[in-house]
Amino acid sequence: MSETTLNDIPQLRRGFRFQWEPAQNCHVLLYPEGMVKLNDSAAAILGQVDGDRSIAAIVAALRERFPESDGIEEDVLEFLEVARERSWIELH
Amino acid sequence: MSAPGSSCTEPGPPLWLLAELTYRCPLQCPYCSNPLDFARHGAELSTAEWIEVFRQARELGAAQLGFSGGEPLVRQDLSELIGAARGLGYYTNLITSGIGLSEARIAEFATAGLDHIQVSFQAADAELNDLLAGSGKAFARKLAMARAVKAQGYPMVLNFVTHRHNIDAIERIIELCLELEADYIELATCQFYGWAELNRAGLLPTRAQLERAERITNQWREKLAAQGHPCKLIFVTPDYYEERPKACMGGWASLFLDIAPDGTALPCHNARMLPVQFPNVREHSLRHIWYDSFGFNRFRGDDWLPEPCRSCDEKGRDFGGCRCQAFLLTGDAEATDPVCAKSAHHGLILDARRQAEEAPLGLERLVHRNARTSEIICRSRSE
Ligand code: SF4
Ligand code: SF4
Repeated sequence: MSETTLNDIPQLRRGFRFQWEPAQNCHVLLYPEGMVKLNDSAAAILGQVDGDRSIAAIVAALRERFPESDGIEEDVLEFLEVARERSWIELH
Repeated sequence: MSAPGSSCTEPGPPLWLLAELTYRCPLQCPYCSNPLDFARHGAELSTAEWIEVFRQARELGAAQLGFSGGEPLVRQDLSELIGAARGLGYYTNLITSGIGLSEARIAEFATAGLDHIQVSFQAADAELNDLLAGSGKAFARKLAMARAVKAQGYPMVLNFVTHRHNIDAIERIIELCLELEADYIELATCQFYGWAELNRAGLLPTRAQLERAERITNQWREKLAAQGHPCKLIFVTPDYYEERPKACMGGWASLFLDIAPDGTALPCHNARMLPVQFPNVREHSLRHIWYDSFGFNRFRGDDWLPEPCRSCDEKGRDFGGCRCQAFLLTGDAEATDPVCAKSAHHGLILDARRQAEEAPLGLERLVHRNARTSEIICRSRSE
């Protein structure tokens, strides 16, 4: 499998839905007969995935939102790689 | 709210809602998990009553909603129910045999907001499938509908309940599912409740059959992973070949809420058989049912556990196993699940394994699930 690069455009696979769940006080990813709770950073990243924006654009948006954090690019690449391995997203 | 079995910690919300819309079904699977006496159950909830159930459960925190049965497609209001559920924010799953589905309905459900469809098969070839289903053209229909589900872009789970008569074709089953472009393949060995328990001697596979099926499934998992194939294989073993019981439903009334066709609320779709009074949504709010009702608190936590579980250091992992299985096999709903090697009744499990080796029943001896047989069972039990 090829490396994930900044030019790739991630998109949630059909059947996966990202939403806020007040009862669990967190964002979740819903899919056929399953659900994962997302931590804050995973939710911040997935919240930017819209099938339009490239990974570079997502990194830029998150840098703007969290100017104090370092290593955003590494975190985003690493998380999206895991998300792809788990077949939550596909890259275009 | 300290009904028996409650521990001091407040239970979390029910994250899963299973709506058993009806017990009606055009098929007659001999392993059906519906109650044996389904033909005598009360009137189904109306459209408005179901939507109110969805609303209350969503308020409590449920996020996944399964439409099941019986065959949920026999409900003519299914589109409306899907639309209402999706509007409330649920992830909506249709769990169907495929009989009663059409391309037009698949499209109508997509418009209503249905997220996913699970189609169940009885076997990977027409002859055995239709024999098990007790219906002549079921297999061809299922194939056509599985293709239509994918053609319309849904994610699809294909579910095969496996048992001694179809498990040896596991490779063919997996190949068929891949041909049909399933996103998930569920190979679920029969669990012995309802009609499956009645037919256990004709369904339980041998250990060798099971091990072979698991080995082949694992080989396919590796193969798919190596190809980067997104399809996932899920293999559910029958706990009859384990020495420790399963943590049934992740703990009694801790995640899962089932509503039977007549509105009876249950912590699991088999629990109806237990000698426990369960509340009905026609009489109580779901909040009361989930947090305060006697039935839902009956086996929560571990205070109620008898020996050998009480002093066992594994009780936090399996909570003493499945209450329904304990009750079915021992007649005592509080007993340790006999699957556990520490249970005084574990011999019952060993007997069943021996029977699978030495004296199984043939295909022709399976009792098919249908309303007529259900009536006969009711009658013989009330005599
Ligand atoms: S298991 Fe078979 S008979 Fe029972 S509800 Fe499902 S399709 Fe119908
Ligand atoms: S004795 Fe009870 S708690 Fe211990 S492993 Fe067996 S079923 Fe689980």
